[in-house]
Amino acid sequence: MIGATVTESTGITPASAGKPAATASVSPLRPIMIALEWFGNLGSFFWQVVQAGVTPPYEWRELIRQMDEVGARSLSLVVMAGAAIGVVVSLEARYSLAHFGAKSLFPATLVYSVIEIMGPIITGLVVSGRVGAGIGAELASMKVTEQIDAIEVSAVNPYRLLAAPRILACIVMLPLLTLAADASALLTGWATQAMVEPLSFHQFINDGFYGATLNAFLPPTFKTAVYGLIIGLIACFHGMRTHGGAAGVGRAATNSVVLGSLFVILADVVLVKFILAVFP
Amino acid sequence: MTAPGAMQESKKTEPVTSLAVAIDQVHQSFGTHRVLDGVSLSVASGKTLAVLGRSGTGKSVLLRMVIGLQKPDAGSVRILGQDLNGLTLDELGEIRKRTGFLFQHAALYDSLTVEDNVAFPLDHHRKGMTAAERSERVNTLLAEVGIEGSLKKMPSELSGGMQKRVGLARALALNPEILLLDEPTAGLDPIGSGEIDDLVLKLKEERHMSSIVVTHDMHSAKTIADRLVLLDKGHVVIEGTFDDLKRSDNDFVRLFLKQS
Repeated sequence: MIGATVTESTGITPASAGKPAATASVSPLRPIMIALEWFGNLGSFFWQVVQAGVTPPYEWRELIRQMDEVGARSLSLVVMAGAAIGVVVSLEARYSLAHFGAKSLFPATLVYSVIEIMGPIITGLVVSGRVGAGIGAELASMKVTEQIDAIEVSAVNPYRLLAAPRILACIVMLPLLTLAADASALLTGWATQAMVEPLSFHQFINDGFYGATLNAFLPPTFKTAVYGLIIGLIACFHGMRTHGGAAGVGRAATNSVVLGSLFVILADVVLVKFILAVFP
Repeated sequence: MTAPGAMQESKKTEPVTSLAVAIDQVHQSFGTHRVLDGVSLSVASGKTLAVLGRSGTGKSVLLRMVIGLQKPDAGSVRILGQDLNGLTLDELGEIRKRTGFLFQHAALYDSLTVEDNVAFPLDHHRKGMTAAERSERVNTLLAEVGIEGSLKKMPSELSGGMQKRVGLARALALNPEILLLDEPTAGLDPIGSGEIDDLVLKLKEERHMSSIVVTHDMHSAKTIADRLVLLDKGHVVIEGTFDDLKRSDNDFVRLFLKQS
């Protein structure tokens, strides 16, 4: 399913809306203040979404629609990106391993590098680009045409109807898309190797997953749920608090992608350390 | 509040038994621009108030305050006896269910059909409704605003006037006690404007509905409103009946009426 003053009641009026451009000299602390304000507003927005999302009525139909939008409609893109990564990692790994005389480690190298490193981050970045831009632009367009205000005056909580299902859909679908990207990468990685020298898929899987435990593969896959939270939250935040017509829509879409991708990468740094500490 | 030096031309003398909306001393600024500067006005139950003024005088901001979309910097807004200040979104929702709002540009959901737009409030607040009851209610509402046979059309396929009618049908879906209309006749042809005026009058007579109408259309305001308020520079210049405005010797009032 489903403006430039906006709703004080939803708390999504940009603090700067309607203020004149600053003419005085800019304080060197201003970027820090802007960043702190951004984080504060994001935190407040997140809290509103959580409050709305955990209390009935639940928007199941919208959640299912968003899961289709985020998951099914991103699948082909993620599978293609995974396939390309599989080929690249396969070519690079084969060359490097041959250089050190460790070609027998190829299956394990490919499996671990795809599932632990490349699959999650590539999926996060691809989804951030497609879904983040989509959510940011859609909500921003609704905002500047007063459709979000119309939802509100219809006594429907826009955080519950719009933000919560989109964020939850991203959280749920990212790990599943990561599995699809991993499978695609492993398949093309194996196929690339098999074209150079004989290697049965059965042997590739046996060697690749030899001695592997769930602890090695589940945390890297499920950390993408955090990427989903970041992508959905930032896109909804920028979409629902934009202002300024078509330019505002463009700004929201751009910010959703750029900041979403940036924070996915930064989250990866933190999550890798966390996973290594908790699942050594 | 009346501007210092400006005339509060005609204070209503008859006693008001119950107020649908009471706005008291509201102030609103955007940056350094003061839009509303101590405005007070009220709407008696079952009456229609027209808010007039030049563009940018805060008429729409005032209407958004009544529905809780805009929180005033200072002052209070009471609607149906309840102060909006400090209400949560869900508490505000209970009041909004009893209030219909027509946006200036209709604000239809562009991904929903006409039918789904009109049924949107029903789908969320009348969940026990059967499909047949829903369909019948939507048809009745669309017939009431003079649109039939456009159920499956998308908003982009409608003219501006038709979009506004659909927006009005949506605003009426939950049988509101108060109707807030932002420029309901703007962009409509004279016949369409007249039909909207007739509808507002009918709603007042048949349902005893209270309304606030923000408009530039003096003819429409004269037709549908019991009382009129003229805003300028964030202040109420005059409040009264159309005849009160006509009798005013305030320069701004006379100029406004002359140009309308």
